[in-house]
Amino acid sequence: MLELALVLVEQAGPAPSSDGLELVAAARGIARRVEAAVLGGEGVAAETLGAHGVACCHELGGAGESLPAPRVAAALAQLVAGSPPGAVLLASTTTGRDVAGRLSARLDRPVLANVVGMELEADRIVVHNSAFGGTLLVSTRYEGEDPAIVLVRPKSFVAEEAGGQPASVVQAPLPGAGAAGSARVLERRRQELAGPALEEAAVVVAGGRGLGSAEHYGLVERLAALLHGAPGASRAIVDAGWAPYACQVGQTGKTVRPDVYLAFGISGAMQHLVGMRGARHVVAVNKDPAAPIFQLAELGVVGDAPDLLRRLVARLEAPGGAGAGDGGK
Amino acid sequence: MEVAVCVKQIPGPDSPQEIDPSTGRLVREGQPVIDEADTYGVETALQLVERAGAGSVTVLSMAPGGETSGVRAALAMGADRAMVVSDERLAGSDALGTARVLAAACRRCGAELLVAGTESGDGYSGVVPAQVAELLGWPAVTFVRRIELDGGELRAERQGELGTEVIACPLPAVVTVTAGAVEPRYPSFAGIRSARQKPVEELDLSALGVDPAGVGEAGARQRVVAVRAVEEERGSGEVLEDDGRADERVLRALSEWKVI
Ligand SMILES: Cc1cc2nc3c(=O)[nH]c(=O)nc-3n(C[C@H](O)[C@H](O)[C@H](O)COP(=O)(O)OP(=O)(O)OC[C@H]3O[C@@H](n4cnc5c(N)ncnc54)[C@H](O)[C@@H]3O)c2cc1C
Ligand SMILES: Nc1ncnc2c1ncn2[C@@H]1O[C@H](COP(=O)(O)O)[C@@H](O)[C@H]1O
Repeated sequence: MLELALVLVEQAGPAPSSDGLELVAAARGIARRVEAAVLGGEGVAAETLGAHGVACCHELGGAGESLPAPRVAAALAQLVAGSPPGAVLLASTTTGRDVAGRLSARLDRPVLANVVGMELEADRIVVHNSAFGGTLLVSTRYEGEDPAIVLVRPKSFVAEEAGGQPASVVQAPLPGAGAAGSARVLERRRQELAGPALEEAAVVVAGGRGLGSAEHYGLVERLAALLHGAPGASRAIVDAGWAPYACQVGQTGKTVRPDVYLAFGISGAMQHLVGMRGARHVVAVNKDPAAPIFQLAELGVVGDAPDLLRRLVARLEAPGGAGAGDGGK
Repeated sequence: MEVAVCVKQIPGPDSPQEIDPSTGRLVREGQPVIDEADTYGVETALQLVERAGAGSVTVLSMAPGGETSGVRAALAMGADRAMVVSDERLAGSDALGTARVLAAACRRCGAELLVAGTESGDGYSGVVPAQVAELLGWPAVTFVRRIELDGGELRAERQGELGTEVIACPLPAVVTVTAGAVEPRYPSFAGIRSARQKPVEELDLSALGVDPAGVGEAGARQRVVAVRAVEEERGSGEVLEDDGRADERVLRALSEWKVI
């Protein structure tokens, strides 16, 4: 085992992000002691982080109006110099990726990116990446000096309580980063999404270009709401402006692991599949019987996506509601 | 304004999807193409220079064997010149090795703005631009969906984790654009013809002044130890034609899975 691993945990409010807790679980698998650098939020969630196995939290605070990555990378470099860890783990969020890149250049260490699994082999870190839409798993051994910089894909590890005491908290305010840190956030426009968060939803109803028009995305949202799930989208329709980026599933978007994933008019490009292949059950609706998405589907329907969506919504909204056709539950 | 834009040349859509188990690298066959992710960068760079009314766009690419087929596509779109870095000692470079080369090329061409893709289509580490920015000591605005020049500063709309952010950033700077930020133009016939005449500077590591120790296989400090196929637990299931009753079948499945 490594003596020490350092994880970057982003906190949006009082609680750590689920990505952060997953990193803690990943770190516990390779290191005896886990410390967290905690960015943002309203005070460090020392109790939750401790319960998940973090011994000590370095409270970075918020970055105020500056774009955080350069300053966070500088802070992590200081922590690494202070008590050198065997690995620094970050989540592939927009901030996490920028921090990992900058830390890598500062420390002269490579980034092990897109990691979906990790283990130790004779005290060397071996990371797993999925390639070609998840059909291949590539294992890579890190052969450089400590620390390894590991960029982990969300939903690759399962957050788990380990029954620890609340973590101790030490202040580690963000240092300045000179010209590199000179980008400023003038305005934040939060996208408020109704219903459960996409990454946590038990049901995801996703739409792609086969919906035909932006208006039809409303049907996807409607069905998602009726199933108490979250709407998802392919990149094609996010780019087209039919759906917000927060709904994008796939390599550049969210990774989801719902019980049920319903894909309407999505072809199943490998960059989409990596984001949803962890779903337990997949329903695919596509007018092309050769669409690759069918290879993952437990139930495939060759047909018109908007039409079927409309009928599903109508049946679930009808008095008596769900599954009326076969007696329901 | 002088803008540099990164163009990665990657295997075309028809090349085999394979990894060479002995090297752990992607099997590259046939003529490479411009990474789609970088067509958004090229378009962004062209628009910024057009709107500024002065300046030029320089394409930067690191590629084996002096490869230029993908770079020509960027020149055909309207970029003014290109710098291609090739050297046998670059084989096996990881993101940081690539970033060292691109940072040096960017310094050499004197650009005050470097535009790149958010992530490449074949490597998709998504860390090269941040590494370049750190090596240059520049700020970086990543995940940009809209950008304009406002006096000496960039104004950008950035896609953050929780929504969009409006960013102000002084130059020099690195910017990465997402797909959908702009609509990449198709090269015109005249553009394709003139691309052949545009200057393409080919450089090796010595000409660029990059230390070979920090790039290539040795600089990567990682080794592929296994490549294996993932067992598909799910297999393809039932596929039916929608004859007007598929809604019933879907609802039945949802109730079997206890969703409704
Ligand atoms: C670096 C990189 C990162 C990427 N990241 C992502 C990502 O995070 N997420 C993502 O999704 N993509 C991503 N992509 C893009 C990906 O490669 C695909 O282009 C995208 O997923 C396609 O979206 P789509 O399935 O909606 O559209 P298309 O591929 O155009 O498919 C539309 C489908 O709809 C079907 N259809 C048409 N009409 C109907 C109808 N009336 N009823 C039913 N079906 C119909 C068609 O048969 C087709 O299968 C990325 C690409 C790159 C290069
Ligand atoms: N070999 C290369 N030549 C030019 N640009 C590159 C190269 N590799 C990466 N880039 C740029 O960096 C971005 C992110 O790449 P990556 O970090 O590999 O996902 C790409 O979209 C390109 O703009």
